[in-house]
Amino acid sequence: MEHTTDTLERVIIKFAGDSGDGMQLTGTQFTNTAALFGNDISTFPDFPAEIRAPQGTLAGVSGYQLHFGSTNIYSPGDKCDVLVVMNAAALKANLRQLKPGGTIIANTEGFDSKNLRLANIAETDHPLENGSLDKFRVIKIDVTKMTRAALTDSGLGVKEIDRSKNMFVLGFLYWMYNRSLENSIRFLEEKFSKKPDILNANIKILKAGFSYGDTTETIMTRYVVNPAKMIPGVYRNMMGNQATALGLIAAAKKSGLQLFFGTYPITPASDILHELAKYKNFGVRTFQAEDEIAAIASVIGASFGGALGVTASSGPGIALKGEAMGLAVMLELPVVIINVQRGGPSTGLPTKTEQSDLMQALYGRNGEAPMPVIAASSPADCFETVFEATRLAIEFMTPVLFLSDGYIANGAEPWRFPQSADLKEIEVKFATEKNGEKYLPYKRDEKLSRPWAIPGTKGLEHRIGGIEKQHETGNISYDSENHEFMVHMRENKVEGIANHIPLQTIDTGTEKGKLLILGWGSTYGAIKTAVLEARAKGYDVSHAHVRYLKPFPKNLGEVLYNFEHVLIPEMNNGQLVKVIRDKFMIPAIAYNKIQGLPFNAGEISEKIESILGK
Amino acid sequence: MSEVTTTPAQPSFTAKDLVTDQDVRWCPGCGDYSILKQAQTVIPELGIPRENIVFISGIGCSSRFPYYMETYGMHSIHGRAAAFASGLKATRPELSVWMISGDGDSLSIGGNHFIHLLRRNFNINLLLFNNEIYGLTKGQYSPTSEEGKVTKSTPFGSIDHPFNPAALALGADGTFIARSMDRDPVHLKDILRRANAHQGTSFVEIYQNCNVFNDGAFEIFTDKETKKLETLFVENGKPLVFGANNDKGVKLDGFKPVIVNLAEGHSANDLWIHDETDRVKAGILSRFFDNPKKGGDHFPRPFGVFYTEQRACYEDGLNAQVAAALAQKGEGDLDKLLKGRDVWEIH
Repeated sequence: MEHTTDTLERVIIKFAGDSGDGMQLTGTQFTNTAALFGNDISTFPDFPAEIRAPQGTLAGVSGYQLHFGSTNIYSPGDKCDVLVVMNAAALKANLRQLKPGGTIIANTEGFDSKNLRLANIAETDHPLENGSLDKFRVIKIDVTKMTRAALTDSGLGVKEIDRSKNMFVLGFLYWMYNRSLENSIRFLEEKFSKKPDILNANIKILKAGFSYGDTTETIMTRYVVNPAKMIPGVYRNMMGNQATALGLIAAAKKSGLQLFFGTYPITPASDILHELAKYKNFGVRTFQAEDEIAAIASVIGASFGGALGVTASSGPGIALKGEAMGLAVMLELPVVIINVQRGGPSTGLPTKTEQSDLMQALYGRNGEAPMPVIAASSPADCFETVFEATRLAIEFMTPVLFLSDGYIANGAEPWRFPQSADLKEIEVKFATEKNGEKYLPYKRDEKLSRPWAIPGTKGLEHRIGGIEKQHETGNISYDSENHEFMVHMRENKVEGIANHIPLQTIDTGTEKGKLLILGWGSTYGAIKTAVLEARAKGYDVSHAHVRYLKPFPKNLGEVLYNFEHVLIPEMNNGQLVKVIRDKFMIPAIAYNKIQGLPFNAGEISEKIESILGK
Repeated sequence: MSEVTTTPAQPSFTAKDLVTDQDVRWCPGCGDYSILKQAQTVIPELGIPRENIVFISGIGCSSRFPYYMETYGMHSIHGRAAAFASGLKATRPELSVWMISGDGDSLSIGGNHFIHLLRRNFNINLLLFNNEIYGLTKGQYSPTSEEGKVTKSTPFGSIDHPFNPAALALGADGTFIARSMDRDPVHLKDILRRANAHQGTSFVEIYQNCNVFNDGAFEIFTDKETKKLETLFVENGKPLVFGANNDKGVKLDGFKPVIVNLAEGHSANDLWIHDETDRVKAGILSRFFDNPKKGGDHFPRPFGVFYTEQRACYEDGLNAQVAAALAQKGEGDLDKLLKGRDVWEIH
């Protein structure tokens, strides 16, 4: 059958199904294939907190959104062009995110009476038959039936057969977007190398989905999305938690320190542990502690001994670590603390994203306990940012908080990875000599950083602890003036880091103007997309994105004062905006979204228009 | 094995070298002074270079200990010393790590870390100063205070059932479980030596008198008049004998311990012979935990090494995995790691 071919600049596909339908896998496979083809990509997995919520229900819907294109892509996109739904609940939960005129690919078997009932849809309201989807293009495929038919002779049970139906969908989409099956076949061969039956079944169904496109008469058009014109170089696909793990290994290598990663499993941070646990041949030691407190305590113990101590958690775990983080501030030992933020408070929304732990990061400890805080802005940016966190920790002998969030932790994008030779060395100077008549553990250098004398070093035996200590000697001191002096000293040390970090730059736009959008963390892609679009329409709007949240870059004030208005979009109830107002005394405008979901570029665009006028 | 580095030659330092320039600030008469002294006496004999020794403590009176030891030391946070020590030992197995804690620190706020340290069996010496009271917060009952204990926070008597630390440690699969006391320097020094020699977490419960808030809590075990009858010092391979003239013994009737009078025809051969490697018997021994103040028939309180076994230390397993990965895959190549498997080039 003859098909026509259209070329598209960018496409957003959302895969949605039951948590057991393999939608995350289908999404990642399409993503990897698109990335290898040379498209720019951005993804957003969105799944329920329950591992297997009741089948067929709205609570059990798992989604994966992929934005790919031949132009630069900065976010997973707003509304989707194509919505793949494996059942009625998936349609119901995602329909409002489909563009008018968009395409629905529906697995008809997922719309039987049982599935309709589970999705709370009356049979008389059958969405595929009642005309309610008339403004969309609906492609109905009985995926289950065709999968079963293709595998009747496979010798596999119905349960196993049904499990491969996501491959049919994947194959069909590969056909629709003119993609090769090669990458996914190679993936399946590795995944099922020990289960030839399952392997053959999956490949067969993948191909069946592809051929279905060829033979079916209902679909006339195939699409081409050409490779993107990105900065020349070699790329790979990278997820945020994975980039964080690699950044830590790189930092360990570049500092010559042993990486000790002590942690307690928590969503959405656990993948950092899973990734690091693989790399024992890099000397990485991972330790799954009995709780969050033990995790950070073990890391501080390792750091006392001269290792690179790193812990990772999410908000609730960071709350538990608070006291030990304060101790690390007092001990002035290098420790990296990773917070992959999620919706809060309390258990909150474990699998959803939020930026609501900024105040916790800046102020969430007893006493005056200043700590540098830096945040990654995209999945691949986690690499560079956590590497920088490590540099600051070691150079300034301080715990450093690194903020990521569920959105970038699980999201993916192409990464022009660096060569190890291009990464800066991180200098470690263990003390070997006395620095006075006796060894003075708190005698500081010009950066106010104290020496790191590790056990095993003869003549430098000393004691450190959480009680206020005397300047230089580190001995216990309850002296009131010394306490005030030391509080200022610790604050000045952290604030002094501003002299050793890059100045704030404008990401997009001009240095002076009407409106500046100041972002931090994972809002980067949505803000960038909206600002580029608005500027193209003639709006006087610029974008600056802060990586260093404590201390701020020295020139941040000047950057802000050059604009009439400053807008701060955050996935929280207004946190950075409070700090900016407090520190720079400007009437910064808060723009908040607290739905466990990232901003859409469209939402930012609307806000720009409402401030600057249509 | 997680061998602590030792130099078997002459001690390179003396007890005096372990004294810091800090004034010891425990209350005059506190049992902690004796424990500090015994530790400072024993440690130079152990053949460990002083710079390789680390004392890590939590919070409480006992936890000030590291400030008074001229070694490396860390005074950490309440209850968590075990976790700090674990991280240090995981990365620096050659160090001699000593953890100092109290009954509140390890059995109340730090109960979780205590049991996990024991099951992981890091090669760490854990000295738990048990004074059955909260001293630093001025006299509240602790998780080892006896039922009915009247303190500031329990004016009508405590209704909490106390922990039995030795039984708890045994239940957590501790590999070295011993008890000693501040007022028996010779015994304490001996137990410290044994604890240090053991490969694994050596749990030593030390009865320590808080002369301000719980004076005389262990007097019945230390007073000349009562000591002989109320204490039972166990030694490996020797019968369980106690009493004014070593005239009493403990016999096992099946799994049931029975006190017998040696003067009444029972010979030492009939008695329970202490076997440190017998977990079942150690369980029975750890249950000699009657409150002697209640009077009546009761077992004497045992002191000595209850139980010991050889089991792999966590740090050895961890380092073996690293060594195996290095042997199998060679040292990690950062460029290969950054590149990953699937890449594409844009020209």
